[in-house]
Amino acid sequence: VWDKSENGDWHCTASWKTHSGSVWRVTWAHPEFGQVLASCSFDRTAAVWEEIVGESNDKLRGQSHWVKRTTLVDSRTSVTDVKFAPKHMGLMLATCSADGVVRIYEAPDVMNLSQWSLQHEISCKLSCSCISWNPSSSRAHSPMIAVGSDDNSPNVLAKVQIYEYNENTRKYAKAEALMTVTDPVHDIAFAPNLGRSFHILAVATKDVRIFTLKPLRKELTSSGGLTKFEIHIVAQFDNHNSQVWRVSWNITGTVLASSGDDGCVRLWKANYMDNWKCTGILKGNGSPVNGSSQQGIFNASLGSANTSLQNSLNGSSASRYFFPPLDSPRAGSRWSSHAQLLPPPPLIEQSCDADAANLQYPHPRRRCVSRPLNLLPENEGV
Amino acid sequence: QVSILSAMELIWNLCEILFVEAAAAGPLLLRLLDWVRLHVCDVDTMVREVLSSENPSKHKLFWNVVDVFVLQGRMDEARHLLSKEATANPTSMNMYKILDDLMKKMPVPSLGNTQTLTELELKWQHWHEECQRYLQDGTFASNPHMESLCKVLLGDEDAILEKKELMTTWYHFLVTRLLYSHPTVKPMELRFYAQSSMDLFLGGESSPEPLDMILMAAFEFEMHQVIKECSIVLSNWWFVAHLTDLLDHCKLLQSHNLYFGSNMREFLLLEYASGLFSHHSLWQLGVDYFDHCPEYGRVYLELHIERVPLNTEQKALKVLRICEQRQMHEQVRSICKIMAMKALRNNRLGSALSWSIRAKDAAFATLISDRFLKDYCERGCFSDLDLIDNLGPSMLLSDRLTFLGKYREFHRLYGEKRFPEAARLLLTLMTAHIAPCSFWMTLLTDALPLLEQKEVIFSAEQTYELMRCLEDLTAGNPDKQKFQEDDVETTKVEMLRLALARNLARVIVKEGTVEGS
Repeated sequence: VWDKSENGDWHCTASWKTHSGSVWRVTWAHPEFGQVLASCSFDRTAAVWEEIVGESNDKLRGQSHWVKRTTLVDSRTSVTDVKFAPKHMGLMLATCSADGVVRIYEAPDVMNLSQWSLQHEISCKLSCSCISWNPSSSRAHSPMIAVGSDDNSPNVLAKVQIYEYNENTRKYAKAEALMTVTDPVHDIAFAPNLGRSFHILAVATKDVRIFTLKPLRKELTSSGGLTKFEIHIVAQFDNHNSQVWRVSWNITGTVLASSGDDGCVRLWKANYMDNWKCTGILKGNGSPVNGSSQQGIFNASLGSANTSLQNSLNGSSASRYFFPPLDSPRAGSRWSSHAQLLPPPPLIEQSCDADAANLQYPHPRRRCVSRPLNLLPENEGV
Repeated sequence: QVSILSAMELIWNLCEILFVEAAAAGPLLLRLLDWVRLHVCDVDTMVREVLSSENPSKHKLFWNVVDVFVLQGRMDEARHLLSKEATANPTSMNMYKILDDLMKKMPVPSLGNTQTLTELELKWQHWHEECQRYLQDGTFASNPHMESLCKVLLGDEDAILEKKELMTTWYHFLVTRLLYSHPTVKPMELRFYAQSSMDLFLGGESSPEPLDMILMAAFEFEMHQVIKECSIVLSNWWFVAHLTDLLDHCKLLQSHNLYFGSNMREFLLLEYASGLFSHHSLWQLGVDYFDHCPEYGRVYLELHIERVPLNTEQKALKVLRICEQRQMHEQVRSICKIMAMKALRNNRLGSALSWSIRAKDAAFATLISDRFLKDYCERGCFSDLDLIDNLGPSMLLSDRLTFLGKYREFHRLYGEKRFPEAARLLLTLMTAHIAPCSFWMTLLTDALPLLEQKEVIFSAEQTYELMRCLEDLTAGNPDKQKFQEDDVETTKVEMLRLALARNLARVIVKEGTVEGS
């Protein structure tokens, strides 16, 4: 666990070995519940951790202590993802496993993190790799989970499923499956809902995809109240030119960050006409591609493990794509080396269109625990 | 070299002239002249140098400065300098007088409505012909400088272009050109002159830079293009957000057929304000910006304000004030809860309690009250007395909190030796079921010293009540085993029974005694 000090530096304040297999994911609970983490691992368990305030000397030495509050051992296979539910649902989390089971646990007493009860078990029939809760707290939306699968089997089953809580049956039921996603899915993320009636879902698969899910009237069938959705794909980007491993939204759901095997992080944004375009590319060490001098801005925006990748891009020159062309493109609008007026042309035009030149050698497949990009891993082997 | 700030000022002023003020033919030229004089000032040093020298007319840059004045339409200053040359060089007196006269008479648009454009054009035509005559007559032939000046007055492009270095930019050239060839230029005609000016000035040697393209778009009244180009060039949303906002307020974005005008304004403002929120102190400005975004401002604010790092209590209070002012109840609750949790984890119970009171979080208040009580049981004293003493009406937030407050009051009364009141309160705490059953033992134990006082405090009825409470407690306890095994507990109960019995005895006597007659 890294903490940010007063002068903005990140320090590792805790590091401990606990699982008996690779740790696939870590995730924070909302600070309303205190300083709480959950981890999931290849060793078939998920664990919930709480930071306890230690001796004052520890604070001075910059160390914090984490205690395991509970271990969730119901899974019989590797637990591939763990995510806390939106805070308005209480202290709840979901895990998904390689054998296709999604489990939802609840801690009825938020002050007692050692008591969790298994509330739901959902069988997805496909090996699960990732889950995402719909963050919308609107009363018009029932609790919803998206599940992604990296199943490699040749059946062309939809690799993204949406499960919705049915108030009548008090169970989660499959509401939708994205039939167009047939390649293994590595990550999935609902965007924060800005009071929209529809949902936005990002999928990390062989490319970056963004879907909108518009709830249609609830079907008044005997099973009662299952929403039907109108699904549209609003963006699809293969700029990573390789497997996309993670997708993450900023807090307003206006910028999506994706990471891929090309070793780059890409940022995607929609203009007010809802056209999505790339607004930034970062290499693994946090430096922008093309050596642009925008590093300062990006350093500030990356990592606080507490939040998803926040974007504080102060309007980089991505704006070219924010304004739909009114008439024929202007001739002669070339970049100039008028150094004081312009920052050197950074990110879009060249990079997004001609990525081949900037690709690093694709890394072998590996899953990374999220951590700030510009710090070298301390204890790689731990 | 133009710094970014100067460039922004340059663009902004031009937009003000062309879009906001929408200067009409006539005043338009005057405004543009002001604009050039204000912003194209590479020549200022040279001007100062010459003017402050002992003998300006002998200065090697003298004629340059005169040229600058004429190019910028600063006739009076030009004439003033020329007069120095004339005094120094009497031979050219004649030429000087004529040139001076021409300069003086040059018709320029006036700001007031004293003349119509037609009148101006007529006057100007006459004047122009007069200049032409003098030039053709060779009046200035012997002084190349003056002849060149006359050509400039006539709007001779080549003559003007010769003085390229003094103008430094094509837009200066444009304005000079207009001054001396089309002073009554209409706004819609600007684009043609602008384009040709740029072409002539750059002359194929260099290509237009982004700043040039922005200004060109402005001259062409392509507001949208201006905003777009600015966004591309500037690495910060500040400029475009404010410019678009201004144009939107002038209702210019719609009239220019940008049906997405107000959306674009909000989009840019949201972008800018969001950027501000990542700054440790500028985020407060972001709040105001969001307030002015009618569609998404509130929800953006709600999302951003929750993420402001609450490193200090002051910051948390600041954030809370902002939320409370805007009736963002959920955010208030959430922030208070986060702060309360933080305080609780650090064992700062008083702080945690005040945060949960502020959040009106009854459940949490109950929890913290329990902690207080637990602390008291273990340590025999209260922490954060100030807070508990001054709870006031917020005591009613949760039953446990009410009990805590009242219990503390009991201790206070006891400390002030107001025993009867204390006794009454103690009893009420049990009989009115304000106290949780788990605490009754402690309360009864607290009653002991009152029972042991020299003076009888509890009345007979009260004593009976106390006994009943004790019986309720011991009888109702299912875990009789525990009670019997725990020596301390048994002793306590015994002591209580004894004290109660003794008190009862004394009080019966006291109450039965008739006050002496």
